[in-house]
Formats: sequence, C-alpha cells, structure tokens
Amino acid sequence: MNKLLQNYSKEIKMIMAKYPEGQERAAVMPLIYLAQRNDNHVTKDELADIAEITGMSTTEVASIVGFYTLFYDEQEGKYRIQVCNDLPCALRGADEFLDELCENVGIKVGETTEDGLITIEGVKCLAGCHNAPMFQLQSPMGIEYHEKQTLETALELIKELRKMEGKNE
Amino acid sequence: MSKVAERILLRHRDIPGLKKFDIYMKDGGFKTFKKVVSKKQDQNEIKNIVHDSGLRGRGGAGFPTGLKWKFVDNNNWPHYLVVNADESEPGTFKDREIMQENPWQFLEGIMISAYAISANDIYIYLRGEFWEIAAQLDKQIKKLKKEGLLGENLFGTDYSLMIHTHLGAGAYICGEETALLESIEVKLGQPRLRPPFPPVVGLFGKPTVINNVETLANVALIVEKGSDWYSGIGTDKSAGTKVFSLSGRVKNPGNYELPMGTPFRTLIYELGGGIIDDRPIKAIMPAGASSSIIPVTEEVLDTPMDYESLPGVGGDLGSASVIIIDDTVDMPWLINKTMDFFKHESCGKCTPCREGTFWMHKLTERIQRGEGSAKDVELLLDVANQVSAKTICALGEFSKQAVITAIERFPQEFEDKVGEKISFGKTEG
Ligand SMILES: Cc1cc2nc3c(=O)[nH]c(=O)nc-3n(C[C@H](O)[C@H](O)[C@H](O)COP(=O)(O)O)c2cc1C
Ligand code: SF4
Ligand code: FES
Repeated sequence: MNKLLQNYSKEIKMIMAKYPEGQERAAVMPLIYLAQRNDNHVTKDELADIAEITGMSTTEVASIVGFYTLFYDEQEGKYRIQVCNDLPCALRGADEFLDELCENVGIKVGETTEDGLITIEGVKCLAGCHNAPMFQLQSPMGIEYHEKQTLETALELIKELRKMEGKNE
Repeated sequence: MSKVAERILLRHRDIPGLKKFDIYMKDGGFKTFKKVVSKKQDQNEIKNIVHDSGLRGRGGAGFPTGLKWKFVDNNNWPHYLVVNADESEPGTFKDREIMQENPWQFLEGIMISAYAISANDIYIYLRGEFWEIAAQLDKQIKKLKKEGLLGENLFGTDYSLMIHTHLGAGAYICGEETALLESIEVKLGQPRLRPPFPPVVGLFGKPTVINNVETLANVALIVEKGSDWYSGIGTDKSAGTKVFSLSGRVKNPGNYELPMGTPFRTLIYELGGGIIDDRPIKAIMPAGASSSIIPVTEEVLDTPMDYESLPGVGGDLGSASVIIIDDTVDMPWLINKTMDFFKHESCGKCTPCREGTFWMHKLTERIQRGEGSAKDVELLLDVANQVSAKTICALGEFSKQAVITAIERFPQEFEDKVGEKISFGKTEG
C-alpha cells in the first residue's frame, strides 16, 4: 500500500494537477518535500512510494534526492540551523558567528547535538546578505529565515526549540 | 546631491500597504491586465511596447525582453511562461524583496506577459529556501482566482490563465534557464545544449519564455504608461531603473532602486553611507560571486552603472549585486570563498568546469592557508584560463572571473602570501 498517497491524498492530488498530463514526473520534487515534512528526510519506503506515484524508478528518485542540497536521505537533527557563510555574509562576520554559535552549543560545524535535535551547518548564499549574520531554520514546519542575528538571539531560539520539544514529548 | 528618482519596482516603499490586495486595487491594480484581456489587445502590440521600451533582462545577461518574446514559435502549442525566481547569485537579494513586498505588481506583470506570449500557464520557479514566499504566493493566486482575475474564460473572453509555483531544492545551477527547465521536468538540474532555445523548445518540449522576477515586475507599468515613459528613464542603451543589491563592507547594505547609469559613488557613499569605520575602499564586485574584481579608483567611482559602461573598467553589470571590498579583506581569502561556492555548485556535466572548479578550489585553499608557493599561484592562473568557453553553460566562465582578476590586478597580495615573486610569463597574451 502506498502510505504517502494514503496520508496526503488531498495534497498529492493538488500537486499532480499543477502539471500537464503525461508529465507526472514533474511532481517528484514537491512529493519529496511532502515526504520530508515529518522528519526532515526521505525514507526508503517513501522513495518507493514517490516512484510509484510518478512512474519512475526508485533509483531515479534517489538520484534527485542526492542532487539537491535541501533533500536528505538520512535523519540528522530534527531542526537544522543553516548559517550562510558565503562571501557577502562572511564580509560581515558570518564565519565568526557560525564558529561561536557552534562552540556555545558544544558541537563542531556540521554536527548534531547529542539529543538529536539540532544540526548547525554553513550554507551558501540565501539571498539575505544585507542582514548578515543570518540563517535559515529548517524544521518539520518548513523553512524560516532569521536575519540580523546575534549570538544571543540564536541561542535564545535554540532554547525555545528545546523547550517546545520538551513539552511535546 | 542626486535626488532619489521615481521608483518602479520598490513602490511599496512609497505607497504604504501596497502588499495588501485592496490597496493595490485602489492604486489602479489589475486595470491594465483587465484592459488588455477584455479588449483582446493584439499580442504583437504588447510585445512591441515592451520591445520599444528598451527593457532588458535583469537575470544577468541583459537580453532585450521584447525581442525574446518575439522568438516564441507560433506553430507549436501550448506556450509557457516560466518565471525565474531562483535568485542564488551570492550578493543578490532583490527578487525576494519584490515578491515579498510588492507581490501584486509582480503578479500583474507576469499575467500581462503570459497574455503577450499567448501562454495559459505560468510556472514560478522559486529556490527551495523561498518556502515562505511560495506559500504566500499560493494564497495570493487563490485570491486572484476568487476575484475572477485568474481561471477559465477571463472577463467573458476565450482566454484562460493559471499560475503555479514550483520549488527548487538548493542548487545554484537551477537558476540557469535550461537547467531550470530540466529541474521542473525532473531530469536532474543540468543545463541543456543550445540550440534549440527555449522560445522554440522549452518546458515539456513546448515554446517557453523564461524571464527574471525583476524583469517582469516592470511590465504592468510599461504597458500602462507606454514605451516612451520607460525608455526615458536610465540611459540610451540601458533603459529604466534597476534594483542594486548592495552588500559587503558598507555601512548601509540593502536594495536601492536607481536609474540605470547612476554612478557607483552615489550608491556606495550617498545611499550606502560609505565604508564601515570609514576605511578605504579597495575593490568592487559588481555582479556577485561571478564578477571580475574591479580595483577602485576615483574614475571607477564615477563610472555609470549600466551594461555599456562596466566593461570599460574591467567588469560587467550582470545581476547588479554590488559587493564592496575594503582594505581589511585579502584577495587570497576572497577567491578561496568564491571557489568554495563554485566548486559546490558546478553541476558536473562538463569536464573543464567540474575539474577546473575542483582544482581551483584546492589551490586557493592551499594558498590562503599560507602553504602555497609562486608555482601554485601560476598553476591556479593556468587552470583558470583553461576553463574556457568550452563549457555548456556560463557557470564555468563565472567561476574563474574572480580568480583571474584578483591575481592579475592584485599580484602583490599573492606574492606577500606565498613569500615569492610570481612569474606571469606563461599566461600573458
Ligand atoms: C549559473 C547561472 C545561474 C543563473 N542564476 C539565475 C538566477 O538565479 N536568476 C535569474 O533570474 N537568472 C539566472 N541566470 C540567468 C538565466 O539563465 C536567464 O538568463 C534569465 O533567467 C533570463 O531572464 P531575463 O532575460 O529576464 O534576465 C543564471 C545563469 C547562469 C548561467
Ligand atoms: S559549465 Fe559547469 S555548471 Fe555549466 S553545465 Fe558545465 S559542469 Fe554544469
Ligand atoms: S551571502 Fe549570505 S545570504 Fe547572501
């Protein structure tokens, strides 16, 4: 049984309606986003589900997941804090911000906290260069921009995320 | 002091609440769209207005927009309009502000453009990180349907129009127009060989126009006010205004909409407030990470920012993402940053770009760490020069600009870094 189709039948119908007949494969990227919604990565079963819906092979879908940086086939942190440290942001202190943030959280750049909640990594330009230091927060709710950040505001956000998760558990 | 000229794209800064549908409507919103569709205005007439206005593509290449529209093959149907909202060039953040703060003018612009090329479907391709903007646009599209401005048989005519958003997922190369099409069709986001060009064979194999967000956000006002109005702004060959994204070592980074041909000095010193801590400015990268690095002189500061003038000072206008470099920044560090980017973003389809970015990155890394020799710098320049026009898309070309111009224009910094004299003999001429 196709679980993805079962769980998101309405959304999938809307996605498929965007593309002309015979072009079902165009729905692959939106479907991967849908599959990632829960836990920030695509499972093997979900790959197979997407392949079935769009009439592609599982390997083909997996290669799409591999090509794009916002698709993940492994679960890392439930929340990903992606700090831009590309050239324009780096000219405004983004590298130092990223290092300090990681140091304060007790991980290295690219690592995940022990509780599995937060991954912090450096990414390429996010079109927010005038508001550096800045990052995007990738979470089950989607992607959210946080601009004009300081170490304090970023640590505050992490505290809130932890509090929220504590309550949910 | 130059006065701030009329704003076309960032009008939300002049009209409070323009982001709200009702306020946009009060300001005459969608009148032009309604007029052209209900009067069944001849498509060629609209193409001519845009052509005569002198509007050129704002995605980087500066190709005349009306001319592109005229290439659409009328013997093959349906037609598509694809809006390039991938905005991923480091230093560029203008399309984001336009879509977020002036969305209705953007939407009206793309709707009139679709009508002009006889397309019934528009795809807006947004970089995946613009997830919030896509969600906002989806709501706005729904509203337009409810208001009878999108859908079947608009205003009782036989014209139907629908807009769809499509999210990318983090790949700079998908901003290149043919990679973007491949990405929508889910065939790995890698560029296509051209010809055929998209206006002949585009999305799903059909005639397609691809334009940048900023380009199309001009269209509603151009069609409303006429080509003479628009061509009267800016310079002879670079008409209109442009949103300059100013970033790097300036006091007030941000978007500034200015007539084409405004000098760098106005942008950097009057509007940008000058350099952080009032330090000396060293260089300008006028087109993001893909730029040549222009050493700054008084003459450069007085250079008009337009497509024609920049080559005169050794650069290009590109997407007009102006990155400011001051005397605190070293060139070996800077080109290592740009190579981090290009190595990460090369799609790997052609060898010179794939291998070139890999080796250039390795070399800039070594040099910047202080472990390089004069030979490494010479080799770096050699590799950069070999990533020649043999690549399928322009990314290969972009990747070497900063490297070559940094070494050639600031050789002393590299000599200081490696502690030896560099010989340029091999690559000159
Ligand atoms: C590597 C690469 C990346 C590009 N990225 C973008 C982009 O993010 N946004 C954009 O509008 N154009 C981008 N372009 C330019 C597009 O290929 C194309 O020229 C443009 O979308 C055409 O629209 P215009 O005529 O309105 O400028 C890129 C080109 C290359 C080679
Ligand atoms: S030039 Fe680079 S990015 Fe462009 S097609 Fe070739 S490998 Fe891909
Ligand atoms: S360089 Fe960081 S957002 Fe552009």
